[in-house]
Amino acid sequence: MPPEAQQDANHAAISDVTGIEERTILQRVLTSQPFWVTVALVLVSTAIALYQPTFMSAQNMANITRNFAIFGIMALGMTCVIITAGIDLSVGSIMGLVAIVAGLFLTWEYPWYVAFFMGTMAGLACGAVNGFFIAYVGMSPFVVTLGMMSIARSLAVVISGNQMLYQFGPDAPIVKAIGQARFPPNVQDDFWPDWIPAFSSHFWIMVIMALLVGYVFKYRAWGRHLFAIGGNEQAARLTGVNVDFIKFQAYVFSAFCATTSSLLILGYTGSAINALGQTYELRVIAATVIGGANLMGGSGTAYGAIVGAALLEVIRNALLMAGIDSNWQGAFVGIFIILAVLIGLQTSGNKNVLAILRDTILPRRDR
Amino acid sequence: MSLLELSGITKSFGAIHALQGVDLTIEPGQAVGLMGDNGAGKSTLVKIIAGNFPPTSGTISVEGTPVHFLRPVDARTAGIEVVYQDLALADNLTASENVFLGRELKKGWGPFKTLDKQAMVDRSGELFEELKSETRPKDLVQKMSGGQRQAVAIARTRLSDPKLVLMDEPTAAISVRQVAEVLNLIKRLKATGHAVMLISHRMPDVFEVCDRIAVLRRGTKVADKATSETSPEEITGLITGAIHAA
Repeated sequence: MPPEAQQDANHAAISDVTGIEERTILQRVLTSQPFWVTVALVLVSTAIALYQPTFMSAQNMANITRNFAIFGIMALGMTCVIITAGIDLSVGSIMGLVAIVAGLFLTWEYPWYVAFFMGTMAGLACGAVNGFFIAYVGMSPFVVTLGMMSIARSLAVVISGNQMLYQFGPDAPIVKAIGQARFPPNVQDDFWPDWIPAFSSHFWIMVIMALLVGYVFKYRAWGRHLFAIGGNEQAARLTGVNVDFIKFQAYVFSAFCATTSSLLILGYTGSAINALGQTYELRVIAATVIGGANLMGGSGTAYGAIVGAALLEVIRNALLMAGIDSNWQGAFVGIFIILAVLIGLQTSGNKNVLAILRDTILPRRDR
Repeated sequence: MSLLELSGITKSFGAIHALQGVDLTIEPGQAVGLMGDNGAGKSTLVKIIAGNFPPTSGTISVEGTPVHFLRPVDARTAGIEVVYQDLALADNLTASENVFLGRELKKGWGPFKTLDKQAMVDRSGELFEELKSETRPKDLVQKMSGGQRQAVAIARTRLSDPKLVLMDEPTAAISVRQVAEVLNLIKRLKATGHAVMLISHRMPDVFEVCDRIAVLRRGTKVADKATSETSPEEITGLITGAIHAA
């Protein structure tokens, strides 16, 4: 008998006594909500691709990835806020205000970087006001951002004079180039194979930001503190974490994400309307929650935010391709929100639906 | 020289006099039990020592030097660590992340500093081993027993090698086996030369680990005796007021 086996026979392992053990990678994956959302995404995509092969075409993929990128970007910011057990209802209105501010400076024939800078400042100012009242004054995130949602939209309408802005002066082509850039370019006779979608700048910026946010969540003290605040704010405070400043930064970052999305749309459409982003906040929150962020705080991932946004867009696109009345979209999206939260729910036995699913899939000795 | 010396500590919240001139000294390596009924002023005294708020009057000296704590960080700098009653742990983080919360180890340089997870796991593993606790650094605190959570909270206080560890009701609301585990942790602290101040309602626990017992009643210290010279009956009498003072 090998020595290890002998030891096993004579001594109980720690895990037998304490009833807990470190989770294997397989277990982690099977209990993670983003994993099951990815499964759902693949299933929905496969189903629609079988029914409608054009769904998988490079053209449609480029469109889908561009459409959900702006929601993915904002979902990254929303994830930060939701991890601290907060909420940001103002992102849609911030988009509108940023587009109008940047659009006005372009209309006044300022260079594009001045316009983008002013737009960014307007967005960050909204985020800073949110963060100040929530983190330092201690007001409820729901109330403060609800107020900001109203204020930013109203400001956008007032300063735009309720006009659509589209005569952007000399830098208009640069702005358009930023919003409509693609990589790989997929023009005729280049060396990129045609089956690779020509991914938009929106998509690439989302990818870069998601990687950055994922890195910060996993490898930076700031990320750990963000999760600690969501888990037990009092504990974070007592151990010397600068809770107020980190919460403030989370709202500023959320506003920054909304700003980025807004400027990309401004470039893509080449115009600015004050209604930009209306009701987007709810789609962003939906994407974030589907991706596994818990509204009670303390959990969420960058990957989840992206895959949640992707699932919403694929459902929308699938319904469109299947020729189903677009009014059904809301019902499907709603079902997915409830399903996603249901599978992450803690049941009374202190096991969530995912854990029960895992226990059914994995044989006992693997657990 | 005493490790901690409190003299004439009073604290008033408006018309309520929570503490009325309390004197208390703690020697290095000693465990002192602080007992008293609800509202006797135990928590107020702990919060003053921990730097949560300053006393209305009176002086605090650490190793003979007068100190003024304005924030909890000041007390920590002076070598006083606190294990709070609710343990101040974030359930969604692992044991090692909780131990190092707010004091993370980092590697790399400048803006590219990343968390040194392996070093934190190793160090907290060492701390748990020193405490003879079966707590694994990578486990989520959420899934831990009361005793293991206590070990995490105590391991955190040992990062800075404190002079005095204040423990507020560490054995309240945990199972009998876990109480034994926590009492062993306290003995380990004493054995490694740390002074401990144990605030507890549980008579047997205090008698098992403490060298001295101080009793507060209505904001005044009514007794301060070596454990060997007193009995649970006498302490109960002092707490309730059946025995006036000793």
